[in-house]
Amino acid sequence: MSILVIAEHDNAVLKAATLNTITAATQLGSDIAVLVAGHGCGAVAEAAAQVAGVKKVLLADAPHYAYQLAENMAALVVSLAGGYSHILAPSTAGGKNTLPRVAALLDVAQISDVIKVESADTFVRPIYAGNVLATVQSKDSVKVMTVRGTAFPAAVAVGGSASIEAAAPAADAGISRFVGQQLTQSDRPELTAARVIVSGGRGMGNGDNFKLLEDVADKMGAAVGASRAAVDAGFVPNDYQVGQTGKVVAPELYVAVGISGAIQHLAGMKDSKVIVAINKDEEAPIFQVADYGLVADLFTAIPELSKELDKLKAAG
Amino acid sequence: MKILVAVKRVVDYNVKVRAKADGSGVETTNVKMSMNPFDEIAVEEAIRLQEAGTAKEIVAISLGIAACQDTIRTALAMGADRGILVETEVELQPLAVAKLLQAVVDQEKPDLVILGKQAIDDDANQTGQMLAALLGWPQGTFASKVEVGAGTVNVTREVDGGLETVALKLPAVVTTDLRLNEPRFVKLPNIMKAKKKPLAVFKPADLGVDVAPRLITLKVQEPPKRQAGIKVDSVATLVDKLHNEAHAI
Ligand SMILES: Cc1cc2nc3c(=O)[nH]c(=O)nc-3n(C[C@H](O)[C@H](O)[C@H](O)COP(=O)(O)OP(=O)(O)OC[C@H]3O[C@@H](n4cnc5c(N)ncnc54)[C@H](O)[C@@H]3O)c2cc1C
Ligand SMILES: Nc1ncnc2c1ncn2[C@@H]1O[C@H](COP(=O)(O)O)[C@@H](O)[C@H]1O
Repeated sequence: MSILVIAEHDNAVLKAATLNTITAATQLGSDIAVLVAGHGCGAVAEAAAQVAGVKKVLLADAPHYAYQLAENMAALVVSLAGGYSHILAPSTAGGKNTLPRVAALLDVAQISDVIKVESADTFVRPIYAGNVLATVQSKDSVKVMTVRGTAFPAAVAVGGSASIEAAAPAADAGISRFVGQQLTQSDRPELTAARVIVSGGRGMGNGDNFKLLEDVADKMGAAVGASRAAVDAGFVPNDYQVGQTGKVVAPELYVAVGISGAIQHLAGMKDSKVIVAINKDEEAPIFQVADYGLVADLFTAIPELSKELDKLKAAG
Repeated sequence: MKILVAVKRVVDYNVKVRAKADGSGVETTNVKMSMNPFDEIAVEEAIRLQEAGTAKEIVAISLGIAACQDTIRTALAMGADRGILVETEVELQPLAVAKLLQAVVDQEKPDLVILGKQAIDDDANQTGQMLAALLGWPQGTFASKVEVGAGTVNVTREVDGGLETVALKLPAVVTTDLRLNEPRFVKLPNIMKAKKKPLAVFKPADLGVDVAPRLITLKVQEPPKRQAGIKVDSVATLVDKLHNEAHAI
């Protein structure tokens, strides 16, 4: 059993989701290679080589991998695929973009969002917004799958000493081109890696009011998330969306503010360790999954929460 | 240009599905079915391109049982020009759908294929990428903006850190995200008109595609239910509980 893990990175930093994927890989076997494809991404390869459990790092460094366009990434992965029994990528925007392309070129199925490894060919994955879990078996020669980060602990980022080998770049497909990006700037932790998340919904009323949430988030070292309704209304950027079709998170603490708790939202946060709901409607479905519910108007509750957090801090 | 739009018939997003008692699948009898919400966005985008004079013809395609005709008719009522049903009783998985779509693309020769990013039943998020791979076409997935130029299409994509724009050579595959547009409601007279629009039916064998499932579903189960906790009466109590009981802050 030889496993290839596709690293998620931005040419500078190895993204945490890769570590969860490596843990899933260790449940399949011990011969684990990590592919770092990018441009000027040597530091990422160095980081990947340190991860416990990794045997080998393949470094494909070329200008046409700078933005990891799916067309070029898939061609590269397919050129390297021979000999691997499993090809894994994190269930991130990048993994979801590239991996089905790899699977189709290899003429195999792709298994999306694996949350449990039952055996080398049998996996569990959520369907219907996580309302049900399907156990699926693949008879394909190569198992190609994306791994849901919240379902596997992160591999230890240090202590490993994998070798780094250069991988020959595949040709530039030349059919797609990176034009630009608008990345959300924030000093707060990344949503999928945060220990605490404070999320706001339509009840926030407007984007300005999110400042209330940012204030309490900063006092808790939290990331800020949102429901689809809040994103659609333009209160916050798209990458804040938590849910079935947004990000899936499972922090130690998730605070849902002015969010009703539609199944599509629950799909993205119901595995959080502790859930708090603040909503003025006591019938809101979010209370059915909340460990601590507060029926209150958020515009009084959140400023109060801010003060209580100050008191807690002062008490040390 | 000609646009092919894929529309899937799925359990309506308001339905909370249940696993069958024997674990063989999900309960779908007497359950409301609708067009996959991302596919409504795909149809809407195609119509807007037609209204802008960019697109000439819109072909809506669905694959599955005979009842998928309803989904195609909805697309026709929204404004698509004609429909194609690839009819089969076999459970279609994304790779099979992509292969069938590839065969139809070979016949229809569209300049752009628009799909949803994800079907809300299988939550696979694969078919568009697979189709693009099989065709050797570029892909613009999770689109929140589509701008067609001469021989190219610029697609702004919703990615984990924000937005990214790529330029693709046509022909290309685009998959829709939620913010691309707001689909229009179907007007009653258009439902009547849609009944007269052409709808062709093929079988997978007509297209020479083997659609046998690659993944075997061994069982389907509901996850353990999360228990509702307690209601607290004040913010002070909440903070106290979070600190001293849950040790979360
Ligand atoms: C295809 C598809 C995909 C989807 N994907 C996602 C997804 O990934 N993530 C997601 O979140 N949703 C998703 N949705 C949308 C989902 O169905 C809901 O519409 C959405 O989650 C509702 O957001 P909300 O709870 O913020 O808004 P609402 O349902 O409108 O709830 C607002 C809540 O705020 C409360 N409130 C209002 N004012 C106050 C106040 N002053 N103080 C306290 N409480 C107040 C109200 O009581 C209410 O409960 C998807 C839907 C579809 C069809
Ligand atoms: N049986 C089908 N009929 C029509 N379109 C489909 C079908 N299956 C998948 N699609 C298209 O592919 C998209 C992604 O589906 P999936 O990869 O299953 O999540 C959907 O939004 C549809 O546009």
